[in-house]
Amino acid sequence: MSAEQTSLTKAKETPAASGSPLLEVTGLTKHFPVMGGFPFKRQVGAVQAVDNVSFTVGAGESLGLVGESGCGKSTTGRLVTRLYEPTSGSIKYLGQDITHAGRKELAPIRSEIQMIFQDPYSSLNPRHTVGTIITNPMEINGINPPGGRDARAKELLEIVGLNPEHFNRFPHEFSGGQRQRIGVARALALNPKLIVADEPVSALDVSIQAQVVNLLQGLQRELGIAFVFIAHDLSIVRHFSQRVAVMYLGKVVEIADRDSLYSSPRHPYTHALLSAAPDADPDNAAAERIRLTGDVPSPLNPPSGCRFRTRCWKAQEKCATEEPPLIQLAGNAEGHLTACHFPEDGSSKPVGASSVPKARDAAELKPKAAKAEGTPKAEGTPKAAKAGAKAEGKAEAEGKTEGKAEGKAEAEGKTEGKAEAKTDAKADAKAKGEKSED
Amino acid sequence: MSTLTKSESGTAPKAGSAFLSVHDLQVRFRTEDGIVKAVNNLTFDLEKGKTLGIVGESGSGKSVSNLAVMGLHNPRNTTIEGSITLDGQDLLRASQKDLEKLRGNKMAMIFQDALAALSPYYTIGRQIAEPFMKHTGASKKEGRDRAIEMLRRVGIPQPQTRVDDFPHQFSGGMRQRAMIAMALVCDPELLIADEPTTALDVTVQAQIVDLLKDLQQESGTSIIFITHDLGVIREIADDVLVMYAGRAVERGTMREVLKSSQHPYGWGLLSSIPRINASVDIPLMPIPGTPPSLLNPPAGCAFNPRCAYRELVPGDKCETERPPLAPANGHLSACHLTDEQKQSILTEQILPRLSS
Amino acid sequence: MLRFLIRRALGAIVIILLLICLTYFAFFSLAVDPAQLACPPKSCTPELLAQIRSNMHLNLPIYQQFWNYLSGLFVGQDLGQLGHCAAPCFGYSYNSQRFVWDEISANYPATFVLAIGGAVVFLAIGVGLGMLSAWKQGTMLDRVASSISLIGQSTQIYFVGPLAMALFVYNLQWLGIPKYVPFTQDPVGCFTGMLLPWLVMSIIFWANYTRQVRSLMLEQLSEDHIRAARAKGMSNRYVWWRYALRGAMAPIITIFGIDLGSVFSGAIITEYTFSIQGLGFLAVKSVNNADLYLELGVLIFSSVAILLFNIVVDAAYALLDPRVRLA
Repeated sequence: MSAEQTSLTKAKETPAASGSPLLEVTGLTKHFPVMGGFPFKRQVGAVQAVDNVSFTVGAGESLGLVGESGCGKSTTGRLVTRLYEPTSGSIKYLGQDITHAGRKELAPIRSEIQMIFQDPYSSLNPRHTVGTIITNPMEINGINPPGGRDARAKELLEIVGLNPEHFNRFPHEFSGGQRQRIGVARALALNPKLIVADEPVSALDVSIQAQVVNLLQGLQRELGIAFVFIAHDLSIVRHFSQRVAVMYLGKVVEIADRDSLYSSPRHPYTHALLSAAPDADPDNAAAERIRLTGDVPSPLNPPSGCRFRTRCWKAQEKCATEEPPLIQLAGNAEGHLTACHFPEDGSSKPVGASSVPKARDAAELKPKAAKAEGTPKAEGTPKAAKAGAKAEGKAEAEGKTEGKAEGKAEAEGKTEGKAEAKTDAKADAKAKGEKSED
Repeated sequence: MSTLTKSESGTAPKAGSAFLSVHDLQVRFRTEDGIVKAVNNLTFDLEKGKTLGIVGESGSGKSVSNLAVMGLHNPRNTTIEGSITLDGQDLLRASQKDLEKLRGNKMAMIFQDALAALSPYYTIGRQIAEPFMKHTGASKKEGRDRAIEMLRRVGIPQPQTRVDDFPHQFSGGMRQRAMIAMALVCDPELLIADEPTTALDVTVQAQIVDLLKDLQQESGTSIIFITHDLGVIREIADDVLVMYAGRAVERGTMREVLKSSQHPYGWGLLSSIPRINASVDIPLMPIPGTPPSLLNPPAGCAFNPRCAYRELVPGDKCETERPPLAPANGHLSACHLTDEQKQSILTEQILPRLSS
Repeated sequence: MLRFLIRRALGAIVIILLLICLTYFAFFSLAVDPAQLACPPKSCTPELLAQIRSNMHLNLPIYQQFWNYLSGLFVGQDLGQLGHCAAPCFGYSYNSQRFVWDEISANYPATFVLAIGGAVVFLAIGVGLGMLSAWKQGTMLDRVASSISLIGQSTQIYFVGPLAMALFVYNLQWLGIPKYVPFTQDPVGCFTGMLLPWLVMSIIFWANYTRQVRSLMLEQLSEDHIRAARAKGMSNRYVWWRYALRGAMAPIITIFGIDLGSVFSGAIITEYTFSIQGLGFLAVKSVNNADLYLELGVLIFSSVAILLFNIVVDAAYALLDPRVRLA
């Protein structure tokens, strides 16, 4: 262990000295092609899963990626670990460009960037013993730790809080939480400097989640491992990550230090997410929550300009025509970047009295916003649905569902605000719905 | 056992006032490995128009007990004892025919995974209309109109066209709405919601919880809401039942359970979830170990192997004697700690951790 | 759907062309003299050999021969003294002294009737037993059905066939000697004549269906949407037929299509066992006599049948499962 630690610390110092962060992602884009057409298939569109995403992760730092399902956070994780081939942009690891690195070039780096998966049941080979699962990565990478691989595997089992005597057991003999620990041990087997954890606790029971979170936190502190922590649970991300990036429809809409982001969110989406997070304390007033309406639009044909505008209560003409850059707004803390034309008042608490008038605004502004985007939407939706119909593969079903959902769900602006505003929005939306039916 | 029942009857509301009354429910499964005691001595009442939240981990018996209420268990390998009374009718003695008449009509259920719970082969409209046609004898046309009306009620836009869509054409949130529409099509008086928000994003989750609350206000439905998310419990429940290893370990109002829990398991749950506004420097306090196997649950208090306060109980009472669900500082809890001990642990150790 | 069918048909044509090309060159460009092969071994004379060469244009370069053959399939071709061979022209069989297509079309009805009848039998018995097994899961009946299936699957037609003949035809005399009578001539005779071959052929198929249907039904019955349907108050019987069976049907259709394709392209052993003059019989005959053109013809015909059923299966799958979108 101690030898382990020193070597890790050394490795940590190198990048710090050279000045480049551990991981630097610039303009990362992943478009999954959608095939269709007749009689010969060709690419008819692309699911824009990740679009122009940039962030850095320092050594030993944890960056949280949050967002609704389909926002591209998992895809980003898989791009970073190079499980997917990026469409464009660059990924630099310790200053070295690995965006399109081949198998050989990647080999030494693969061992330093590891991944933990969401599902502890399907991510472990049921026919391998725990020992094999953990020693396999060492074998593949030709790593021979002092004392042998088996001894190292037992040591790792102990680090993750499992009994080393369980070395010869099979995954099915363990509970979900224990399996996730095995997954962590496997990731640690190669002394990684960066672990991409894709929803590592969301499949676990509540009482077990904290065990795994604490384990990962301990690893981060003691071994200096950096994390890209992907989760949809804002509380856990806040607890685990020093910096947090909020993603929406393939784009980072806000990125900031934890305290800055959670205490003064500037992007309306961040604000809405924070206010929707359920809170177990009955004394925290929650009646005045912002409710987002409808679903996330289809990544096949995302809205022009700001992608969030179709669900945003602040959206205006400008939002449809001009994409807001991810910049540091006046009044933001250092490193707090927001992509919004009409940012929130940073001083507001995410959950508190000041959001009451906002919720009302949301309700009242909704009809207007809906009207503003009425025209481009009417054009967009059928196209998306059509492309979806032709779509193939995994993206297909989602594409179609979302493509349809987009236009239709939005047509009816069900805003949970004040009652009178609600009916207004509904009336307007009904009118709009009939129009688009024609 | 008898002490348990006595203490129960002392605090339980008078029989007859409750709409649903579950008394001393036991559910056993025969499996190849032995008999699984899935639910033991479960007693609770639910009044009209109220919401009971049931909290527990996987395998705590929270879903099984509600499947028993619906009569949806497999009779081949399941034995059920005790009594379940819905509006004066004994459900455990009702015939399959009678149960079929009640299900989807007077009592309905929504499930966690709406994609799996809707048949992929039939349209949303047909699946919503089916129970309506069966229970009211409505025609196909009436069924379809009713389905459209229900879709509109649960907030599906353009219901007259979406009614002919298949489940896979809906998004996750809309499928959940459609399933709620399917459950509510006959205006049930009891709705059992089995983790209906667990698989959804927070924004959609909030929409669904609001929808259920709205619908409850409109029609006065009683709801049993099963979840493991204390944040959701806080949003929707009037009363809360905490289950562990097939038993109720705590029962009280939502505020009592969330703000002044009287059971080490409840404390464990509360301190193992990160709060969005708590200090990030306080480490989470997980409950050690894993939930027990119901094939062979620990003797005495089932929670004792994971309990941090076992030493405070004199002797080996925790390992040998099962604590009854008895009143402690205002609500019911099943723990051998004295009321004073519970109160002091709560105020000195638990509450300080929860408020930043 | 139409687009899918067109696209698949185009694909199938490409595959068939490739197949013809491959088999043709395998047969005709090998060292052996094709005329020698086409010449009936017993009655082959040098004159006949020369005749074959000129009739079948075997003196031309191989690519021209191939072109003739290929275009003959669609427009027919003139075969010297043999006269004009009409549109699907697969050449001439010197053994049977007929055009290959005439041979195929003479033999095909028997295979067709055998396949349709057999398929109905194995589907009905297989699915029925499978459902019964699932319904009575874990009971004696379930175990008996499973055992019968296993026995059925492990028997051989050439063993059961003669046995059944001995029992039902010669011993009990319930049935006449199996033979194919065209349905249009004598529907009853067609039925009684083919009953035994249908039953015997189905044995090796239905066992598979019993097992598949049983496990598919049990799988379906454990699905959430079954429980949800019961939670709606739908009766057990309704849930069983409308929900579970519906879900189990799609995979069954897939296996069925593949099996159909294989029986339609000739159930060789069954036809041989019962001496039914079908496609399989023809195939064996052509191989025995090294009748080159006949072999090639049967091969191409069978491939087309299999490809056709594949397309039909895919289309049927899409009709049964709304989640499948054809593209």
